[in-house]
Amino acid sequence: MSSPTPAPSGTSTIRLILAWSFVGIPLLWGVLETLRNALKLFQ
Amino acid sequence: MNAPPHPGAAGYLWGRSPGLPRQYTPRMRPLSFLDRDRTVAGSGFSRWMVPPAALCVHLCIGQAYAFSVFNLPMTRLIGITDSAPGDWKLTDLGWIFTLGIFFLGVSAAVFGRWVEEGGPRRAMFTAALCFGGGFLISAAGVYAHEIWVVYLGYGVLGGIGLGVGYISPVSTLIKWFPDRPGMATGMAIMGFGGGALIASPLSVWLMERFTTPSHIGVAETFIVLGVVYFLFMIVGAIIVRIPPPGWQPAGWTPPAQPPKLVTTANVYVYRALRTPQFWLIWWVLCLNVTAGIGVLGQASAMSQEMFPGKVSVIAAAGFVGLMSLFNMAGRFLWASASDYLGRKNTYFCFFILGTVLYALVPNTGRLGSVGLFVLFFLVIISMYGGGFSTLPAYLKDMFGTRYVGAIHGLLLTAWSAAGVFGPVLVNYIRAYEIAHGVPKADAYNATMYLMAALLVIGFFCNLFVRPVHARHHMSSVQAEATLVPQ
Repeated sequence: MSSPTPAPSGTSTIRLILAWSFVGIPLLWGVLETLRNALKLFQ
Repeated sequence: MNAPPHPGAAGYLWGRSPGLPRQYTPRMRPLSFLDRDRTVAGSGFSRWMVPPAALCVHLCIGQAYAFSVFNLPMTRLIGITDSAPGDWKLTDLGWIFTLGIFFLGVSAAVFGRWVEEGGPRRAMFTAALCFGGGFLISAAGVYAHEIWVVYLGYGVLGGIGLGVGYISPVSTLIKWFPDRPGMATGMAIMGFGGGALIASPLSVWLMERFTTPSHIGVAETFIVLGVVYFLFMIVGAIIVRIPPPGWQPAGWTPPAQPPKLVTTANVYVYRALRTPQFWLIWWVLCLNVTAGIGVLGQASAMSQEMFPGKVSVIAAAGFVGLMSLFNMAGRFLWASASDYLGRKNTYFCFFILGTVLYALVPNTGRLGSVGLFVLFFLVIISMYGGGFSTLPAYLKDMFGTRYVGAIHGLLLTAWSAAGVFGPVLVNYIRAYEIAHGVPKADAYNATMYLMAALLVIGFFCNLFVRPVHARHHMSSVQAEATLVPQ
C-alpha cells in the first residue's frame, strides 16, 4: 500500500476565487453570447 | 551495480519504475507529479477547488458539440469563396465528429480502469495531450489538405482525449462530495454542455481573424485552440486533488441506514458487467439520449417546418441556442435535484414528463403555438442533459465509489449507440413520411410518438432496477488487493 504524500495544505479564499473565475468568466461569456443570439427568436 | 536503496529511505516514494523493484521509485522520476499519491490533498484543502478543476477539462472537451462550425469553411479550403473541385465534401467532414464521439465511447470504456487506478491528474494530463494534440495534428491535415490526417487527429486522438477527459474527474468529485454527489458531478458534466457555448463563438471569431481573401483560417484556428485547450486542461490537472483515505466533509456523517438503493459496498468494474443493473441503466441512458439527441440535431429544421412562415432561419438559430442553454442548465439542476429526489425517481421524472411532452408536441403544431413548442422542447432538452449528469451518482448508488468512474466509462457506450439511433430514427421517419405524402408540417408527428414510446420502455427499464446482489460486492480482501487509496 502506498503512503500518500500530502500536497501543500490550505486553500485561501483568493485561490478559490481565482479558480472559479478561471472557469466562470469564459462560461459566462459563452452563455451571454448564446443568449444574445437566442433573443432573435423573440424579435 | 548499485543496490536500490531501502524503500523507507528519504527521497523515495512508493510506486513503480522499470528496473527497480516494484514498490519504490526515485522521487525525481519524470512525470511522477502525475501519480495518484502526489495528488492527495493536505489538511485545509477546500473541496470547492475540485469542481473548477473538473470544469477546466469539461469546458474544453465540450467543444466537440460545436465542431460543426468548421464544416462549411472546410468545404472551401481550395475554392475560398465556394467549393472547388478537390475540396472536401460535407459528407466526408461529418465523419470527423462521428469518429470523435465513437472514440469517446470506446476510450471511456477501455481506459476507465486505468483512469480510476492512475488517478485524476494523470488522466487529465493525458486527456489534455490527446485533445490538444488532436487539434495540432488536424491543423497539419488541413494545411496539407489530407482528410485522413484530420480523421486521425481530431477523430481518433481527440476522441480518446474526449473519453479519458470526460470520466477523469467523476469519481474524484463523488469522493469529495459524498453528501451531494449529484450536484458535484452535475457541475462537471454541465461544463461539457457549456463548452460548446464558448467554442462556437470563439472558433468563429478566430477564423475571422485568420481568414484572408486568399486563405481560410481553419488550420491556424486549430493550432490556437489546440494550445489554449491544452493549457486550460493542464490547469485543471494541476489543481485537482483526491481526498485522503477516510476523509469526510466537516459536520457530515454517513446515514446510519442508507436508502435502499444506495450501497456502501463496491463492485469491481468488470464484475458490474455481469449485473442486470448495469444493463438496465445502460438502456435507461441509451433511450433517454436517443429521444433527446434525435431532435437536438433537427431542432432548427423542425421548428421551421412545423411552423412555416412563423419561424425564420434566424429565429430557429435562436431556438437552437436556447436549447443549448437548457441542455447545460438541466445537467446541473436535475443532477442536484437527484440528491433529494433519489436517482431512480429523477429518471422516472424524465421518462414520465418526457413521454407526455413528446406526445403533446404534435398538438402545438396543430394549434400553431410556437411558444408551447419551444417550452416543451426546452424542458425535454433539459432532461436530456439531466440524464447524462445524474448517471454517475446513479452508478455510485448502485456499484459504490471505488470503480464508479470506470463503470461510468463502460456505460458511455450507450451514448455512442444512441448517437447512431437517434438521428437515424428522426431522419428516416421524416423522409418516409414525406415520401408517403404527409405534409412537411406533420412529418415529425410519427417521430414524436415514437420518441414517447421509447421513453415508456425506458420507464420500465428504470422500474426494474433493484439493489445489486451482495454476491457481486468486493470482499474486504479484494478491496485491499486493489491498492488504490480511498
